[in-house]
Amino acid sequence: MRQTEVMVIGGGPAGLSAAVEAASLGCQVLVVDSDLKLGGQLIKQTHKFFGSKEEHAGTRGYQIADILFRELEENKDRIQILSNTTAVGYYKEDGVISCVTGEDEYFRVKPQRVIMATGAQEKMIPFPNNDLPGVYGAGAVQTLMNVYGVMPGKRVLMVGAGNIGLIVSYQMKQAGVDIAGIVEFMPHVGGYWVHAAKDRRLGIPIYLRHTILEALGDRFVTGAVIQEVGAKGGLEGEPKKIDCDVICMAVGLTPTCELLWQAGCEMVFVPELCGYVAKRDNQMRTSVPTIWVAGDAAGIEEASSAMVEGRVAGLNAARSLARLMDSEFDARSSLYWKRLSDLRAGPVGEKIRYGISQACCGSWEV
Amino acid sequence: MDLIKEHPILDFQHGKKVKFFFDGKAMEGFEGEPIAAALHSNGVVIYRETPEMKRPRGFFCAIGKCSSCFMVVDGVPNVRTCVTALTEGMRVETQRGKGLVPALS
Amino acid sequence: MEMDMLFNSGILTGERPGAVKPPQELWETKQNGLVIIECPQRIPCNPCHTSCPTGAVLPFEDINDTPRIDYSKCTGCTMCVAKCPGLACFVVDLTYGGADEALMKLPYEMLPVPEVGAEVDCLNRSGEAVSKGKVVRVMEPWKDKTLVVHVSVPKALVMDIRAIRVVK
Repeated sequence: MRQTEVMVIGGGPAGLSAAVEAASLGCQVLVVDSDLKLGGQLIKQTHKFFGSKEEHAGTRGYQIADILFRELEENKDRIQILSNTTAVGYYKEDGVISCVTGEDEYFRVKPQRVIMATGAQEKMIPFPNNDLPGVYGAGAVQTLMNVYGVMPGKRVLMVGAGNIGLIVSYQMKQAGVDIAGIVEFMPHVGGYWVHAAKDRRLGIPIYLRHTILEALGDRFVTGAVIQEVGAKGGLEGEPKKIDCDVICMAVGLTPTCELLWQAGCEMVFVPELCGYVAKRDNQMRTSVPTIWVAGDAAGIEEASSAMVEGRVAGLNAARSLARLMDSEFDARSSLYWKRLSDLRAGPVGEKIRYGISQACCGSWEV
Repeated sequence: MDLIKEHPILDFQHGKKVKFFFDGKAMEGFEGEPIAAALHSNGVVIYRETPEMKRPRGFFCAIGKCSSCFMVVDGVPNVRTCVTALTEGMRVETQRGKGLVPALS
Repeated sequence: MEMDMLFNSGILTGERPGAVKPPQELWETKQNGLVIIECPQRIPCNPCHTSCPTGAVLPFEDINDTPRIDYSKCTGCTMCVAKCPGLACFVVDLTYGGADEALMKLPYEMLPVPEVGAEVDCLNRSGEAVSKGKVVRVMEPWKDKTLVVHVSVPKALVMDIRAIRVVK
């Protein structure tokens, strides 16, 4: 059985930041990531990030991934990375984690500390034929297009005008894909207004107060039907037929939390964080004292804050292994929390602030 | 292959070009890239058929979580083709139903 | 109501905090132009300020503030145009060319790359072609693939045009 001081589950923005933080403080770190390529959603982002200089604002997402890869390299003596490796089981009785590389190479790990940075998965909404090939998650479209250079389709209908729907529509235009439009149930876009403005000036229609009624096609998508929604939620006007070969779903994400459940972490359903999340103290530690959470697994937010949460989790794992002085811990910790509170201070952070107030217990000690 | 030839921001670094077979038909893809991506670039969008309703299934989540892209790969069923790397000569087949467990040798 | 829905879908309707016009008198005479920022929503983002070499985009007290500009300091250099993650900065030079002409410096991240001298479609905020424009220069201020395209446009349309499309 493998041993490690800190095991980080998930190699996206939160996990890689956690790994770098813990390793730079002297911990031996093992990172497992289920994908073929490390970096999570960061490597799919061609747009420049928001935030401040500390979060690399103004740098494209995939280049922020490159910065994290360089930091991993600088700490390579203490970081081991296993790609295409999924953590599939947590055994409460002894804290052993079972993993599988590829489809059939199983092994076990006994870590002293665990950072769960398992990210998120796509939500789905019900409509007839939503199972047809051609109905794709927005993350999947980004993977095809921005990681592997494969055209996702010729003409795409986007469902959802949150940041992901708005950004992926713009990215599809960059790849040369035609966008039939963006459908949004709410009377306003959910993502940043400037992202919507970018799409609109490229001629992408945004259908506010609209919903998708059905996907058309027998064996794969050949179109979609959308219709206007009235103020009370009922259908209004005439259904509109949209020609498209892909329907891209960007209707939200939900935290990936199976391992946290298995580990017996106290869980709480917080709609503002988009699903079940682990209760945590004000240093991201769960009710299981050896487990921390970070990033979308702790509640759906932005990659910028995921990276800072990863730092917090890595810092705390290192402190629990007595790898730094209290004074250094305090200095770093207050810096990270200041950055998080700045990122969450505005009106778009209101939902997150409320969600965190529901999930955070302050301190586990009585 | 339906690949993005030019991109304003990204430069794509593809691996070695390899030959593989989809339901017996020879196709080209890049070594180390997901089987599902290689199929998609060859215009294949149906990867399996459900056991009861015989509904077609294709690509969906691309992170190995949804089971939509399960296929039979080199005789092994239920392979997550979105997170399994393509190799030279791979035999990829549409999975009908649950797939048969290969005989133990 | 209709105007609200338009704004809610990403189209600016009138001036708001974070989306104001430069003072007309200064604008008419300022060579190289002045920046227009259309960023009317409070979001955690400040690269327009941190990328500004002259201090024209004022410091943010809270990173969620909408941008405020000291127009006396703006030189129309386009560093913010190329850095803004929302592509919400545009420079307009009213002193350029003939009486009915102006120069716009617009961010561009699409293909094909416009050629100097080429005629392009000028698009308004909803992507409709409202006039033709002529490409004067193509810059890449941060060498990061965000281009700033200098286009000569009809002066009367500088508050309508926000993007270009290369005509094939």
